[in-house]
Amino acid sequence: MAGKERGIKVKIDKVKKVFESRSGQVVALNGVDLEIKENEFVTVVGPSGCGKSTLLNIIAGLTKPTSGQVLCDGQIIKGTGTERGVVFQQYALFPWLTVKGNVEFGLKIKGVEAKKCKEIALKYLKMVELENFVDHYPKELSGGMKQRVAIARAYAVNPSVLLMDEPFGALDAQTRTQLQEELLQTWAEEQKTCFFITHDVDEAIILGQRVVIMSARPGRISEIVDVNIPYPRNQETKMTKEFLEVKNYIWSKVYKEYLEVRK
Amino acid sequence: MANETNHTEKSWIEKVPNKGWLAISIIAALIFWTILSYIPATARSFPNVFLVVESIQIMIERGVFFKDIQSSLISVTAGFGLGFTFALPVAILMAWYRPVQYIIEPWIQFVRNIPPLAYVPLVVISAGVGRTPQIIVITIATFLIMSITIYQGVKNIDPTLVKAARVLGAGDKDIFLRVIAPASLPFIITAVRLGTAVALTSLIAAESTGASAGLGMRIRALNNTFESSPMLLYIIIIGIIGLILDKLVRMLEGKLTGWQEKNEG
Repeated sequence: MAGKERGIKVKIDKVKKVFESRSGQVVALNGVDLEIKENEFVTVVGPSGCGKSTLLNIIAGLTKPTSGQVLCDGQIIKGTGTERGVVFQQYALFPWLTVKGNVEFGLKIKGVEAKKCKEIALKYLKMVELENFVDHYPKELSGGMKQRVAIARAYAVNPSVLLMDEPFGALDAQTRTQLQEELLQTWAEEQKTCFFITHDVDEAIILGQRVVIMSARPGRISEIVDVNIPYPRNQETKMTKEFLEVKNYIWSKVYKEYLEVRK
Repeated sequence: MANETNHTEKSWIEKVPNKGWLAISIIAALIFWTILSYIPATARSFPNVFLVVESIQIMIERGVFFKDIQSSLISVTAGFGLGFTFALPVAILMAWYRPVQYIIEPWIQFVRNIPPLAYVPLVVISAGVGRTPQIIVITIATFLIMSITIYQGVKNIDPTLVKAARVLGAGDKDIFLRVIAPASLPFIITAVRLGTAVALTSLIAAESTGASAGLGMRIRALNNTFESSPMLLYIIIIGIIGLILDKLVRMLEGKLTGWQEKNEG
């Protein structure tokens, strides 16, 4: 990795994914190439059907590409691995476990001793400000709190890559804004490579160093936009000239994609 | 919680406590029963409350009352236990391996629609009379309902939970023990509840296999002598056993699956 400031963390190499359905083949992804640098925050926007979730599942190792490959730290991804954590839109908390039990889940599987499990779980529950809800069950939590637990659970196994599939998509605007700021804060504290899917252009810009725009039919990357706005970013950033310029630019591209899909 | 209604005027329906409503319901039923016992068209089937209570004494004196209850409980427990023991692994296999499902499920659905009474004679031909055929009939009936219920539950476990476990490092064994097993628990308990109900409803059929004692067998025997008071008594006892079993399962459910999200009301 000589000659570069930061190493390549994830390399997506000519990934193609074809689904077989009863009505024939559907090309979900067609030749996707992308390099994500160490500790980089990359966001992905695109119309539904552009294969962004499929791409995330392939990086996570939950789905195999039809051809092409994804490398993480130079190793070809063959399945799931704890160095790649995932946060799902539907929270996917285990309802029979308490908040603490959920965060400890991955640690227990790893065989971490009980005392250490508790310690780590508490650390990350503090990070997401849920230290007072340790013994609650998911059903007692609001959507925003559930997603915080899911984030703490993903952090607890200490992945170096964090894959997020529209994690704030189901939340109300205020909670979403708050969680965005919290996420940026934790990203600043615990550097991780982030791959964040969203359908919200504002969210993509406020979080990402680069915004990947994808198009549908077949799913592919149509453009990558650098966001040269310094961190820390917050709500006020959304009023700045730089932000609005980037937003206008990305929105015009994405809007075109939405129109394409409508046809 | 936030969506609690304001404490304005309570309607009279809420002013009466739940226990009060239960009492009203029981009194209404007793009145209805008494009316039936006076109407000439129904009087012979519905002897009045006092005659029915009196028949407890009669059946005890005949030395069959406790023997009948005991015998039925043994058959129900053994049949249900065996039914559950077969249903659980079959249901999981069906949910896990599609070929197993394709081969077995249609037949479970097919046999499920046949009333147990219909195949009792066939069971007797092979198993003879006595306890064995009773247990076999209840085992078949409870197995069918419980295997289908558990299977459908396991099949509908949210796949994102399995994905979430996988990305946290879970292997197949972890997925089974830490995700599938606990996620199936609510369906298993529902199956147990349905299973106990079916065990009781198939009791009459099971005990028509030449049983020497039992609630169902006794009802049929009393039929020959037109003794409607003890018949009605035994019917009510079956109902009460059903209620007690249901309550027990519900208690178990509250203890084991209190974590479930439930819709209000």
